Amino acid sequence: MDKVNVEKQKIFRSNLITFGMVIAAYIVVEVMMKTGNITSLLKGLLVPLCIYSILAVSLNLVVGISGELSLGHAGFMCIGAFTSATWSMLMKSSSMPEGIRFFFAILIGAVSAAFFGFLIGIPVLRLKGDYLAIVTLAFGEIIKNLVNALYFGVDAKGPHFSLEDSMHLNMDGGTIIIKGAQGITGAPKNSNFTIGVILLLIALFIVLNLINSRTGRAIMAIRDNRIAAESVGLNITKYKLLAFTISAAIAGVGGVLYAHNLSSLQALPKNFGYNQSIMILVFVVMGGIGNIRGSVIAAVVLTLLPELLRGLSDYRMLIYAVVLIFMMLFTSAPAFMQYRERIMTALHGKNKGGKEMD
Amino acid sequence: MMSFISYLLNGLSLGSVYAIIALGYTMVYGIAKMLNFAHGDILMVGGYTAFIALNSMGLPIPVAVLVSMAVCTLLGITIEKVAYKPLRQANSLSVLITAIGVSYLLQNLAQLIFSANPKSFSSFVPLKPVKLAGGQLTISGETIVTIVTCIIIVTGLVTFINKTKAGQAMLAVSEDKGAATLMGVDVNGTISMTFAIGSALAAIGGILLCSAYPTLTPTTGAMPGIKAFVAAVLGGIGSIPGAFIGGIILGVLENLAKAYISSKLSDAIVFSVLIIVLLVKPTGILGKKIMEKV
Amino acid sequence: MKKVLSVVLAGAMAASLVACGSSSTGTTNAASGDKAAETTAAAASGDSGAAASSDLKWKFGSQGPLTGGAAVYGTAVVNGAKIAIDEINENGGINGYQVELQTADDEHDQEKAVNAYNSLKDWGMQALIGPTTSAPTIAVGAEAVNDNLFMLTPSGSAVDCTNTANAYRVCFSDPAQGAKSAQYIGENKLATKVAILYDSSDVYSSGIYESFASEAQNYGIEIVDTEQFTADSKTDFSTQLQKMQASGAELAFLPFYYTEAALVLTQADTMGYKPIFFGVDGMDGILDVENFDTSLAEGLMLLTPFAADATDDATVNFVTKYKEAFGGTPIQFAADSYDAAYIIKAAIEAGNLTPDMSVDAIGAGIEEQMKTLKYDGITGSGMTWDEKGDVDKEPKAVVIKDGVYVSAE
Repeated sequence: MDKVNVEKQKIFRSNLITFGMVIAAYIVVEVMMKTGNITSLLKGLLVPLCIYSILAVSLNLVVGISGELSLGHAGFMCIGAFTSATWSMLMKSSSMPEGIRFFFAILIGAVSAAFFGFLIGIPVLRLKGDYLAIVTLAFGEIIKNLVNALYFGVDAKGPHFSLEDSMHLNMDGGTIIIKGAQGITGAPKNSNFTIGVILLLIALFIVLNLINSRTGRAIMAIRDNRIAAESVGLNITKYKLLAFTISAAIAGVGGVLYAHNLSSLQALPKNFGYNQSIMILVFVVMGGIGNIRGSVIAAVVLTLLPELLRGLSDYRMLIYAVVLIFMMLFTSAPAFMQYRERIMTALHGKNKGGKEMD
Repeated sequence: MMSFISYLLNGLSLGSVYAIIALGYTMVYGIAKMLNFAHGDILMVGGYTAFIALNSMGLPIPVAVLVSMAVCTLLGITIEKVAYKPLRQANSLSVLITAIGVSYLLQNLAQLIFSANPKSFSSFVPLKPVKLAGGQLTISGETIVTIVTCIIIVTGLVTFINKTKAGQAMLAVSEDKGAATLMGVDVNGTISMTFAIGSALAAIGGILLCSAYPTLTPTTGAMPGIKAFVAAVLGGIGSIPGAFIGGIILGVLENLAKAYISSKLSDAIVFSVLIIVLLVKPTGILGKKIMEKV
Repeated sequence: MKKVLSVVLAGAMAASLVACGSSSTGTTNAASGDKAAETTAAAASGDSGAAASSDLKWKFGSQGPLTGGAAVYGTAVVNGAKIAIDEINENGGINGYQVELQTADDEHDQEKAVNAYNSLKDWGMQALIGPTTSAPTIAVGAEAVNDNLFMLTPSGSAVDCTNTANAYRVCFSDPAQGAKSAQYIGENKLATKVAILYDSSDVYSSGIYESFASEAQNYGIEIVDTEQFTADSKTDFSTQLQKMQASGAELAFLPFYYTEAALVLTQADTMGYKPIFFGVDGMDGILDVENFDTSLAEGLMLLTPFAADATDDATVNFVTKYKEAFGGTPIQFAADSYDAAYIIKAAIEAGNLTPDMSVDAIGAGIEEQMKTLKYDGITGSGMTWDEKGDVDKEPKAVVIKDGVYVSAE
């Protein structure tokens, strides 16, 4: 009994550190902003940092906790972005207060992404490992392809859809909201750093609570040994689907923030393609698979890195690639790890035993 | 009918290119259990090397092909030694990340060296197009050569794996690394060899890709690389005939979707088919069912 | 172990934040170093006219994709601006002040474009020659309008690029191009049956297609086939080309960039498909694709405001300098950007602005002048701008004969 309590306390403390870290960073940045000690570059990066942290937390739930490899998270982000931006565009001229409109935008983004997560989760979660990865990648590409082909407008007669071009909408006046490859232009800029941090904290709260709940333990049990988990009567599909759907919803929220941060929303290979999904995976792996706090830190560091390398001009992405490779080797290669362990032991003077929970 | 056949031929040509690239993916996956995301970029390097060898250095075509293969082989082995080998005992996702890093590295290096301006690739295939059915049907020399090369490579690889000692060693390593070591198989050597073969195939794939679709840029390899990866999974990753079948199906499907449904949504259609196939046959068309160990 | 990792990463983050905070001072230092050097240089050369104000400089930014798949366009824009700024500096600067140019990579992504813009802003940018592509232009426009920083995009062609008051452009808007192409084809009776191939995942290409398709009827053009490709599948065009061939179209309208067009023309040649090919300004550059067989482009028509082998002095001068500095023939993006730098110069001179003014005042001053400015450049003569920020100029119809552009009239 005592041991359980100690363990619980440890988890509680670890979670507290995670929240504290985010809040501390928020306060530091706010102070910097108030005193005017902040560059425009960093100021512009604040919302994206929240977005990528949220996405990394979301993906870590699938990759780290549920043990499935998803390469389609940009697809969920895309769904969240486009549904919420469409809502905001529709409601832009209504009398609804901005705050309430954005609140609903977040809900709509989260719910529609969750819906798609659920929908593709049912059949897809039967697959394993790289096959699941490729199916989710395919899903993300399908979403991007469809969004690029989608035309949507509203006139007096109601909504019009077309996968051809804007002429096929047969609009009678009214406004075209989604214009195929040109996407949505002019979504209101509702995202800001405070909302981003609040949403990140909520995402962290949901995921950390889930991990340390009965459900979370069931999900991890399935990850560690599916057959054993099945034999004690755990409903595999239910738990996997739950994790996947929650993760999709959180990714959708990231998309909502994204859509309301920039005034042009287009599904380019760079922002909603497989490259983005892989980038999010890089955050998760770099931060430590299953380590939620690590995901946030890695997302922040790796989003800042290419911006800080701007001074290198032509060599920027080259150096970024090299740093990426070396960071990975340094954090994960057994040879490097042993070396690092030795230094750490020397510094601490003792070897800490036991596996840590984060 | 003629148009259908000609769409089919376009598909076969594209599919054969996918298949050759997919072979590299599938071999590396079979042995090292890793998705080598840099494979598409090795292909691009192969394309540039061949371009320089042929156009700037004026080497004859067969020599240019060999030079390109040699460069890619060396590159493949080096990448494996530097970026993948140290992570062999680590989580398989770690290697995926370094592979992505290598992919960025190669693309950006290529851009610094060759600039982002596209280069028009001169075809390595000196054959004239064949006209059939009174000129209604044109089959380009590239199509013929690509399909033939692809078949030769697949047959060669299958024979190599089943009939030679080195091939058997590869099979052993892919089944069980530990047991293979115990049986005296040089695991490191075998993995290096796999990367060497895969990269040499990427060079051939790059040359054929650029001969049939003659534009060369630093990002030339990226999308065909991903498509080939999809093809490898579709056919059952780890299986050589599977990669061949997957590549052909993908290429044909892509072209038929463009021809008869929508050229705009062909990607969505191809990927939807992939999802459906995997749902029906979760390990791909020719994939082996992996028994779960308790 | 994970904790150790967290600590290491947290340390890295802290370090990067500090670096972020201090990066602005770093730049200032570097800049002041430059200034010192400049002053000495000016003093040494005995240039009395500008010497008094030589420590003050114009700071122009230029941005576009310098890495990734669209790098060829961003590089051209940045290079074109460099040539113009070097020339301007050689000739005594703008209103007696030298110009400094800083470039930034936006990777053809909205978010990175805003980052690039902010980094230029931190450096002290007073006017922006860019961004290069449409989506980044729209995103940056919405940010820059808050500072009222004047931006002149050389090549952001989507309608929404000039939505904000501070955003102007040098190139045509997409609908203008589509409509003008339809008009040209119709009025010159080039064809009545037209097939179109366009990039449905690209803003530029789909924008031109839409306006072309809606205008076509007015000029008696029948669109017999419409084919698309996307950024993810642009290696194999044979199926689309075959369908276009089967449709019996006399003219194939290709509203996309020369990078893909080189491939399309080669594949069309292989299958023996030879309609009239008709392109738009993005087609310029096709003759200079390294190793491209220019005979494949024989007879290709395009509407373009710029032709690299025009024989007027201004174009020859620009093309020669570009070849010397960067190798290779400049594409239209570079020419637009070259003009953009000179247009900003003309507006500043007309408004009698100086670099010691605030960004807002400079922006307001240039915008005021843009209303009445008339500029003759290498991408059009007598360019004027409407209230929205769109340019009014005439495209030239050219046709490729024996590997060179010839006026089509």
